[in-house]
Amino acid sequence: MSANTLSLTLQIWRQEGPNTTGAFETHNVSGIPDDASFLEMLDVLNENLIEAGKIPIEFPHDCREGICGTCGVMINGRAHGQEKGTAVCQLHMRKFNDGDTIAIEPWRATAFPVIKDLVVDRSALDHIVASGGFVSAPTGTAADANDTPIPKEVADSAMDAAACIGCGACVAACPNSAGQLFTSAKLWHLNSLPQGQPERFRRTEAMVDTMESFFGSCTNHGECSEACPKEISLDFIAYMNRDYVKSKVFNRKLASQK
Amino acid sequence: MATPTISTRPSSPTPRPKKKELPYPLNIYQTAVGKKWVMAVTGIGLLGFVFAHMLGNLKIFIGEVEEDGVLVQDIDVYAEFLREIGEPLFPHGSVLWLMRLGLIAMFALHIHAAYTLNKLNNSSNVRYQQKTDWLASNFASRTMRYTGPIMLAYIIWHLADLTWGFTDALYSNDGAAGPATGEWHHGDVYANLHGSLGNPISAIIYIVANMALALHIFHGAWSMFQSLGINNPRYNAARRYFAAGFAGLIFVGNVSIVIATMADWV
Repeated sequence: MSANTLSLTLQIWRQEGPNTTGAFETHNVSGIPDDASFLEMLDVLNENLIEAGKIPIEFPHDCREGICGTCGVMINGRAHGQEKGTAVCQLHMRKFNDGDTIAIEPWRATAFPVIKDLVVDRSALDHIVASGGFVSAPTGTAADANDTPIPKEVADSAMDAAACIGCGACVAACPNSAGQLFTSAKLWHLNSLPQGQPERFRRTEAMVDTMESFFGSCTNHGECSEACPKEISLDFIAYMNRDYVKSKVFNRKLASQK
Repeated sequence: MATPTISTRPSSPTPRPKKKELPYPLNIYQTAVGKKWVMAVTGIGLLGFVFAHMLGNLKIFIGEVEEDGVLVQDIDVYAEFLREIGEPLFPHGSVLWLMRLGLIAMFALHIHAAYTLNKLNNSSNVRYQQKTDWLASNFASRTMRYTGPIMLAYIIWHLADLTWGFTDALYSNDGAAGPATGEWHHGDVYANLHGSLGNPISAIIYIVANMALALHIFHGAWSMFQSLGINNPRYNAARRYFAAGFAGLIFVGNVSIVIATMADWV
């Protein structure tokens, strides 16, 4: 057991449902060990609320090891809190000081409506992937591994993009609530590989169009990449812009055959 | 076998209604990524204009030159040259007007794209209570939506001040070079400039506007590479240096003209 414990004042967004108005609620918690994670701190608060006969706070969480992309809240105005390259579940209370006041909000975007309290509906991200984030290969059984030679650098680049866990922090951190970092990561992990080439432009157009029907547009602030728990690079956004306009300009004939 | 039903949750976000797609190439401009592309391309054109405009104005430092045996200000000669571009193939002033039309078109597209994208972004964003803790953005990138309109207002004022002479009542004769109040003369660039900058309020407007311009360029000249998809990890750092260098060059070049004119060095 850690010797240090923290007492905190929490300002938490409470909202009944998607169609009601929410407000901040202040709670005090004490005796939080500093090696607890941020979500475990919320667990302690919820235990207290249940014992007091109140309704616990809904917050998104699943694997708690930073790989599933379910968790995510705004902490003091930063997506996933102040720790770089870290999801909320991997943010530990030792990063905070005793007596701190912490403001906790749900992801910010009109495309992310609040379901309850801190839980938002991220199905807009699913719609983007569903519109083209796949490779259709109706060619029989699975090919042998390494059948298609891929240079190491290309595989690395695709893997960097595929590291996206789809948590939505990029959208929440963006002052325009743009989905560019998410969409470009999903595009590049297929568009950079040989298997992704046949559908490259169709995919780019479909996914960007879906993205734009939900989210804002990019103003190149770079906030998304800073907030990203997987530190996805802004470079992918440039590749997406390049492919999209290329598709509109040079690939009209192919695109119209879809 | 029962078909699985997909339940729609009451919270599901509704996509924006799709507009009817216009024929190519107008359909590019219908999308946000395409609009950013147009903003970047027109931005490059406007950067070119700002640079050429500064180069032309720096001719004030050359001072007097002899033309046909008479001493004239070199900047006045340059101003007349702009109208003579393309002669004798094109009529007097026609090529200048073609360039002006291109410039107006670039401004119009740049502003329209900015306005519509801003509207889209405002409708996409939701604010709770906590202020955003900025990590990567800078003052220049966050104030693009303010420096833009400041530039527009300044351009209108700048045209009224020196191109049309509407504000020559504010002209002030501070030294030997300046004309009297209300003395704007078409084509007399050197005297008009001294008349305008003889008034300190006018000089402050020019300096503040150039600060806004430098901020706008500092973000815009970097951002345009991303919007156009010009990205190569080997040269990415150079994009930042280019934007900072261009913004600094324009600011120093333009403000040096204001200061030198006020101090009667030229």
